[in-house]
Amino acid sequence: MKPPPFVYHRPASIEEATRLLAELGDEAKVLAGGQSLVPLLNFRLAAPAHLVDINGIAGLDRLDGADGAIEVGATVRDARLLREPGLAAAHPLLVEATGWIAHPVIRNRATVCGSLAHADPAAELPAVLALLAGDVEAVAWRHGALSSRRVPAEALFTGPLQTTLDPDELVVAASFPTLAPGTGWAVEELARRHGDYALAGLVLTVTVDGDGQPASGRAAYLSCAPTPVVLDITPALRRARNDVRTAPVYDLVASSLDPTDDIHATAAYRKHLAATLTVRAVDRALERARAGAPPSELAAVGDPMGAPSTASSGSGGGRAES
Amino acid sequence: MSELVRAPSPHDLHEVVVTVNGVTRSARVPARRLLSDLLRHDLRLTGTHVGCEHGVCGACTVLLEGEPVRSCLTFAVMVDGARITTVEGLAGPDGELGPVQRAFRECHGLQCGFCTPGFLLLATELLAHIPEPGDEEIADALGGNLCRCTGYVNIVRSVRRAAELTREQEPT
Repeated sequence: MKPPPFVYHRPASIEEATRLLAELGDEAKVLAGGQSLVPLLNFRLAAPAHLVDINGIAGLDRLDGADGAIEVGATVRDARLLREPGLAAAHPLLVEATGWIAHPVIRNRATVCGSLAHADPAAELPAVLALLAGDVEAVAWRHGALSSRRVPAEALFTGPLQTTLDPDELVVAASFPTLAPGTGWAVEELARRHGDYALAGLVLTVTVDGDGQPASGRAAYLSCAPTPVVLDITPALRRARNDVRTAPVYDLVASSLDPTDDIHATAAYRKHLAATLTVRAVDRALERARAGAPPSELAAVGDPMGAPSTASSGSGGGRAES
Repeated sequence: MSELVRAPSPHDLHEVVVTVNGVTRSARVPARRLLSDLLRHDLRLTGTHVGCEHGVCGACTVLLEGEPVRSCLTFAVMVDGARITTVEGLAGPDGELGPVQRAFRECHGLQCGFCTPGFLLLATELLAHIPEPGDEEIADALGGNLCRCTGYVNIVRSVRRAAELTREQEPT
């Protein structure tokens, strides 16, 4: 169908955008990539009276590394993460998870921060933010001035498409902590068709001790609950030291998750899938942890594979909306 | 100069200027006008097809600043000033089919043709970046678009053939 009528605003600054949001309250929605919002409008599942398009705000397309994290501005498209020189070396988990999002055409428009603010429990990036205990920076115009707060992932997601963000708040950036040296990672998910939302999936990190034995592990699940679920799988990994294929990891996951039935899969199947994918992910992540290539800084000149890279961080590569 | 502030209305019209297939075009459209409808209704470029209108089928894919996007998930007001390529821009000025179009005809890459504009633009953009794509790269690039006729096999063949034709056509 066609989207319902709305008043279009295209602020040129963060101040202008937040003043608009303060004035319009829950009458307004923020428009960035539109890859989740526009389908909702076309289905008439949402009918905000105002849309505030943030693509005209200079500086929101920044992508850089700082203080052990990758900071992603609000208009950075998913596709840019996949082609930003050096990013795959600096944050391999973030880049690999981004590659699982929908299709290339969608990733050309969809934004990282938009996915976080939209908070779809089947989306990859909320799970990544939850796994890494990252946060988002939200700004609002209050009492005649710009106020800013950082919302950690664990305090952000409250339900399907629900967050603790207020209607007058604008997410201007997300911060994804990088992996400590020696951390292994993996992304696993299963969808009926390439590019569909996963029936179940997870992102995972593990560390190993000096003997290459599993020392700790964390996993964050998508499509298994109303919000991303983070599990500490360390106890199971330690019990399974000599063979991670054995039952402890599977059992821990299967007994911790409580997914629901829907038309795509039964709860029991989802649980089995999540546990099975975790066992696979642990294998892969341990391999990577033992290989032990520490992630490089985003500003580094080359990646560990020796591929040349030209730009360091920030302004390169991305197409600013005009 | 009036200081009267008229509340903005959802029915206000916005001037949108775009360069479509190298030609500057403009229209006055309400904010809710989708890019797909700007092209089809306002600019009368009906080669862009609209299937599902919620971003799943990919028939409406166009190139925005050279990148494929779903025109049904993009508002016309958002792309003011942008450069757009539609299927009408793939043929030569004399109507001679472009290499990707010729390949699809040659390899039976279409039957009913409804989904074809989207596939043609995806293939065009793919070959611009990867002149000799492997089957996996082709599948990844095209995987977001639906075709209910061909079973996709001939579409993949068409893209491989288009790569050959594009190389032949390039001046050496």
